[in-house]
Amino acid sequence: FPGLADVSISQDIPVEGEITVPVGSHSPDEDYSTLDEPVKDTIMRDLKAVGKKFVHVMYPRKSSALLRDWDLWGPLVLCVSLALMLQGGSADSKDDGGPQFAEVFVIIWFGAVVITLNSKLLGGTISFFQSLCVLGYCVMPLTVAMLVCRLVLLAGAGTVSFVIRLIVVGAMFAWSTLASTAFLADSQPPNRKALVVYPIFLFYFVISWMILTFTPQ
Amino acid sequence: MATADDLKFQEFDDAANLLAANPDATTISIDEPAEIPKNQHSHLQEPGREEDDELLGTDDSDKTELLAGQKKSAPFWTFEYYQTFFDVDTYQVLDRIKGSVFPVPGKNFVRLYIRSNPDLYGPFWICATLVFTIAVSGNLSNFFIHLGQPTYHYVPEFRKVSIAATTIYAYAWLVPLALWGFLMWRNTKVMNIVSYSFLEIVCVYGYSLFVYIPTAMLWIIPQKVVRWVLVVFSLCLSGSVLVMTFWPAVRDDNRRIAVATVATILLLHALLAVGCLAYFFDAPELDIPAPIIPAHNGTTVITKS
Repeated sequence: FPGLADVSISQDIPVEGEITVPVGSHSPDEDYSTLDEPVKDTIMRDLKAVGKKFVHVMYPRKSSALLRDWDLWGPLVLCVSLALMLQGGSADSKDDGGPQFAEVFVIIWFGAVVITLNSKLLGGTISFFQSLCVLGYCVMPLTVAMLVCRLVLLAGAGTVSFVIRLIVVGAMFAWSTLASTAFLADSQPPNRKALVVYPIFLFYFVISWMILTFTPQ
Repeated sequence: MATADDLKFQEFDDAANLLAANPDATTISIDEPAEIPKNQHSHLQEPGREEDDELLGTDDSDKTELLAGQKKSAPFWTFEYYQTFFDVDTYQVLDRIKGSVFPVPGKNFVRLYIRSNPDLYGPFWICATLVFTIAVSGNLSNFFIHLGQPTYHYVPEFRKVSIAATTIYAYAWLVPLALWGFLMWRNTKVMNIVSYSFLEIVCVYGYSLFVYIPTAMLWIIPQKVVRWVLVVFSLCLSGSVLVMTFWPAVRDDNRRIAVATVATILLLHALLAVGCLAYFFDAPELDIPAPIIPAHNGTTVITKS
C-alpha cells in the first residue's frame, strides 16, 4: 500500500480505554422481569389482583384501583359461571325455556359493550376496557344471588321460596347497580349522568330477571 | 309594514300575532337575514300555514341549524362523527319524551323539540326498554293468567325476547327508512316546504314509541276491555305525534297521496301495537281449564276452549 507510507501513527500515543458492559443483574429492571419467577408467583399475582377487585365490588368506594389495572378475568369467570348456573334449567329442547348458555353470554358481553359505547358517545372519559371491567365485575352480586337461588330452589319451589328469591335478587340488583354507578358515574359530564346510569340499570335488571325466572325443569 | 318596530329584535310571538292578524303582510326581520326567504315565501300562502311560519320562525333555529352544519363535519369513520348524534343532555331527553307523551295539538314534534339536533340515544334506548318491557310483561301476564291451573308449568319464554327485539328494532329503523325514501322521492316531484332528514324521522319514531312502555306494563291486567282501551289510547297519543309531524311534509302533495301516506303511517303503528298484544300476551279467556272428553275408541281427547 504505497499511499499509506505517509500515514504514521506516532508510537507514543497509546490506544487504550475501558469498555464496560453492564452484564446485568444489579439494575432495578431486574425486579420487573417476570420470566424467571416460579409459575406459582405469576398465577398468584394475577389471582390477587382479581381478588382485590372482587373486594372492591363488595365494598364499593370511589377508588381508582379497579379502573387503573383493568382485567377481564373476573368478568369472564363470573359470566361463565352465571351462564352455567342459568343453563341447568332447560336441558330439554323446549322452545319456551330459559336462556341458553350462548344467550346469557351474548347478553352480558354485548350489553356491556353497548353500555360502554353509549357512555363514551355521551362524552365519558373512561376507557373502553376499564368500563367493561367495571361492568363485568359488578355482575358478582348477581352471581351470588344466582347461587343462593339455586340453593333455595333445592329446598322447594313454593311461594315462600319465591319471596326469598325475590328479596335476594332485588337486593343484589340494587347492589350491582350502585356499585357500578359508583365507579362509572364520575367519568361522565354532570348533566348526562342519568343518561349513562339508566342503561346500566336496564342491563342489571335484565340479568336479574333471568335469575329470578329461573325454574329447574 | 316596515315600521320602526321591525328594525329591532322582535319576539316571535309578536310576529306570529301580526301574521295572524294580517296573513298577507310581508314581514321583514332585518336582524335575522336567514328568515327573509321563509317569510317572503310564507306570505304567498293561505292563512292555514301560520303554524309552519310560527314554528320555522323560532329565533334560535337558525343558530342551531348553523351549528348543525358545523358540528357534523367530522368524517364518518371517526368516533367524533357518531358523538354528534349523542349530543343531548338529560333534560333534553326528558323534554322530548314529555313532548311525545303529551302532544300539543298543532305543534310539530320535530320543530319544537328536535330542532336540528336529532339524537340516537332516545330511539335506541327507548326501543331497548320497550323490547324488554314487552317480553317481561308478556311473561308476567301469562303467569298470572295461568296461575291456578294444575297443568301449567312456568316457563320464562326467553325466545320471545329475540323476537320482540327483531320486530321493534326493525320497525323503528326500517319504517323510517322507507318513509324517508318515499318523502325524498315525492320531494323531487312536488316542492315541499317541510322536509326531514333521515335521523329526524328515526328520532320521531323512536320517541313516539315511548308511550307503549307504560301501555305494555298495564297490559298485564288480564281484562280484554282494558287492554283494547289501552291500545286505542296509546295509539291516539303516539299516532298524533306522528301525524302532526308528517302531515306538513305531505300536505302540498296530491291530496290522495298525502292522505294515503298518513294512513299508512298510522296503520303500521297500529299493527305494531296490536301485533305485540296478540303475540306476547295470551288472551284472558284461556283461563278455563280444558274439559276432558272420552272419545269413542277409548282414548281421551282434550279440547281447548
